Amino acid sequence: MSQVASMHSTVESTESPLTPESWGKLGMWIFLVGDAMGFGTLLAGYGAMRYGSADWPNPYQYLGINLTAFMTFLLICSSVTMVKGLEAIKNRDRGMAKMYLLLTAIGGAWFLGCQAYEWTKLVHEGLKVWGNPWGASLFGTTFFIITGFHGLHVTGGVIYLFVMLFLVSNPATVLGPGWAYNVVEISGLYWHFVDLVWIMVFTFVYLL
Amino acid sequence: MAEEHASPNYWMIWLYLFILTVVEIAVIFMPMARILIVVSLIALALAKATLVATYFMHLRFEPRTLALIAATPLFLGALLVFILLPDHSAVPHKTTGVAQPAAVEKR
Repeated sequence: MSQVASMHSTVESTESPLTPESWGKLGMWIFLVGDAMGFGTLLAGYGAMRYGSADWPNPYQYLGINLTAFMTFLLICSSVTMVKGLEAIKNRDRGMAKMYLLLTAIGGAWFLGCQAYEWTKLVHEGLKVWGNPWGASLFGTTFFIITGFHGLHVTGGVIYLFVMLFLVSNPATVLGPGWAYNVVEISGLYWHFVDLVWIMVFTFVYLL
Repeated sequence: MAEEHASPNYWMIWLYLFILTVVEIAVIFMPMARILIVVSLIALALAKATLVATYFMHLRFEPRTLALIAATPLFLGALLVFILLPDHSAVPHKTTGVAQPAAVEKR
């Protein structure tokens, strides 16, 4: 076994293809592609159900887009603070890196707060997973499944970002282009992906 | 880092994303044909997604192959839509318009 392993290490390249910085980055990209397929399936299913329904309610009339437009704004802002934080790590500026990562996490947490408020309000207005007063019952089903699946991703992202914040706050973590930069960059990929998915969800579930 | 590149102006990307979002919201209130609204909204969403992937996720500075891999779900997702659509073109209410009165009355 160890013989085989040592043979392999001499023959195979230990550097990740496509992402020479680390295997982790390639791993995150592959995960995100699979995850995107999951969201793609949910949205395509949404489209099919809506197209096959005669009384689908007009989303922006009932869901209200003022709050969700603000939520879009929050995620866009938190994406910018994420790249700014990464830049600060590259420049070995621990103070700025901590501030930007904290702002990013706060943006995500704020988004979740808005979503909790929105869900509560809509449930009180009668939007349920199994039906709603305005038309096709699948309107509620697809709404809660799609925004809920995205909300879970944001929740995971906020936890992920806090872990990154602790990592960067630790004085033992060496900043600059290197391991820490790479690890935070990978978390950034996930966070931007959550933003990207929200752009799609906002368009397909709220605006169309 | 493997390669050094000038980092893009992230605030400009933020501004583009902000403007595109405002345009998106404006589009749904425009007196246009439904199909035009749908096409423009999808185009705007794709433009925003491309901006995020290209600049925030640094795809611009990665090997082309990685960008192609990242784009596969988009291709497969679009394909899925066209696979699912024919199932519904045979649904009776789409042709008879029976459900129309209910939709009007609800107003």
